[in-house]
Amino acid sequence: MTPPDAPDGATIDAAFTGRLGQFQLDVGFQVPMRGITALFGPSGCGKTTILRCMAGLQRLPGRLALGAETWQDCGRGVFLQPHRRPVGYVFQEASLFDHLSVRRNLTYGARRARDGDGGAALDFGQVVELLGIGALLDRAPAALSGGERQRVAVGRALLSRPRLLLMDEPLSALDRSTKDEILPYLEALHDSLAIPIIYVSHDISEVARLADRIVVLARGRVVTEGPVAAILERLDLHPAMGRFEAGVVLTVRVVRHDAEFYLTHLEHAGQELVMPMTDAAPGSDIRLRIRARDVSLATERPTGISIRNILSGTVAEIVEEPDTAFAETLVDIGGARIRSRVTRASVAELGLEVGKPVYALIKSITFERRNLITRAPREG
Amino acid sequence: MIDLAEIWPPVRLTLELAGVTTVVLLAVGTPIAWWLARSRAPWKEAVAAVVALPLVLPPTVLGFYLLLMLGPDGPGGWIAPLFGGRSLAFTFEGLVIGSVLYSMPFVVQPIRNAFAAVGDRPLEVAATLRASPWDAFWTVAVPLARPGFVTGAVLGFAHTVGEFGVVLMIGGNIPGETKVLSVAIYDYVETLQWTQAHVLAAGMLVFAFTVILAMMLLEKRIGRPRP
Repeated sequence: MTPPDAPDGATIDAAFTGRLGQFQLDVGFQVPMRGITALFGPSGCGKTTILRCMAGLQRLPGRLALGAETWQDCGRGVFLQPHRRPVGYVFQEASLFDHLSVRRNLTYGARRARDGDGGAALDFGQVVELLGIGALLDRAPAALSGGERQRVAVGRALLSRPRLLLMDEPLSALDRSTKDEILPYLEALHDSLAIPIIYVSHDISEVARLADRIVVLARGRVVTEGPVAAILERLDLHPAMGRFEAGVVLTVRVVRHDAEFYLTHLEHAGQELVMPMTDAAPGSDIRLRIRARDVSLATERPTGISIRNILSGTVAEIVEEPDTAFAETLVDIGGARIRSRVTRASVAELGLEVGKPVYALIKSITFERRNLITRAPREG
Repeated sequence: MIDLAEIWPPVRLTLELAGVTTVVLLAVGTPIAWWLARSRAPWKEAVAAVVALPLVLPPTVLGFYLLLMLGPDGPGGWIAPLFGGRSLAFTFEGLVIGSVLYSMPFVVQPIRNAFAAVGDRPLEVAATLRASPWDAFWTVAVPLARPGFVTGAVLGFAHTVGEFGVVLMIGGNIPGETKVLSVAIYDYVETLQWTQAHVLAAGMLVFAFTVILAMMLLEKRIGRPRP
């Protein structure tokens, strides 16, 4: 199932400029030909348009190259028709062919993929197993649940031997529990495929869980791009990232499980954290997402408190938000950074300033299972 | 009392005419329906109006113009030699041409609606799965629009079976050649052969009822392509 890796340094190079009605798109980005890159931003920022341009479904002036191969270049009059591009596209709604069984939906693209496409030739049985859709093969799409339909749509895209997988908010039409049902399958994809994935989403927790890199978009432009952890700890991206879900990802090591209290002990830079028990093996690295609003600060180590995760560190950055009660702070903890959202009054009262030692109090509740990635993080 | 040998030829001719017409209609009407459903040309509604003309035009008007067109001196006179004749007027081929034009809206409209209901998305999905536009048309658009094809074919067939005015104008009343059912009934009534007229008219009644019922049942069974 592992196709040859893309040559080192190969990138997907995309740039599109154009007007669609009232909307002006002007974007350009370069991402590695591996791992998951999230296109992230609020609704109407142009994410889906970019994805459609990459698939060739929409034609805007610009260029698109996968490594050495050019799919679109306006200057040279190159535009590869969508059916000649080896991409897999997963739409927001599963969009299965209702007149075909699940099995024939899955094989529709596989039968049309050309050997010369060079895409990963995935085995039918493996994809079916990876996505857990073996029991559905002879059913009609109309008889499937939302989550099942979306899994079949992912499988159908994979089996068309793509060299690039484009996913347009594949989970947004699903409810919370169905999302949680599918996310592990997407994580499994990330771990077992060498196909680069461009993943469009406006849900930061989804991005934090799945993506290696983020391209942040707002109003048709690229705001910034980079590895997930680096982007999430930036305090200046509020308008694009949203306040409520702001937070960072932290990579920690699993130390041991405590069966009596049903806890898992974790270690980060010599400090201990605990979380409700997970199935991650001791010694493995997992990724946690910690929201800024779930972190409080103290200048002394508090006692007589129910919070179990208290990390010592130093204040690295403080950004007070004018005309609000709040300030965003960044605390350095053994090289990693945690965001905390506190009131400006607290900043003044505690005398918080850059370089001051503080304790970050993290409510255990933030370590939800769904905010976890049970794998070693990759180099973005 | 009733001479089957006399009644059968117009029935057979009518079924032949309707069958051939339906096949031609599907072949000609499908691309028109596809274009009408998907084109963004500003003048497409004008084309749609031309296709729909027979709905409001008296059949005799259509027949009159066709007669002029298809006659040896008409602008369509060149078609006849292709079929090895001098003129298409008063021939079976002429009837097919007239019937195709006359029944066109009944075939194009349901197929156009069905294509429109399929929408862009399934075709985009097919394109991302490497299907060329031609491939996607046959493997996605047509199967999804199947209810429209069924409705169109049934309506086209049935409408041709029942046509009278156009046939009379361009086909006349040549037994075994252009004397179809509806004309035969007219003849029997004119000559006061009530029994024969009764048999054919009752047959048409049963036929019409069966067609409508079958279509309703089919539509229910096939269901809409999308929920």
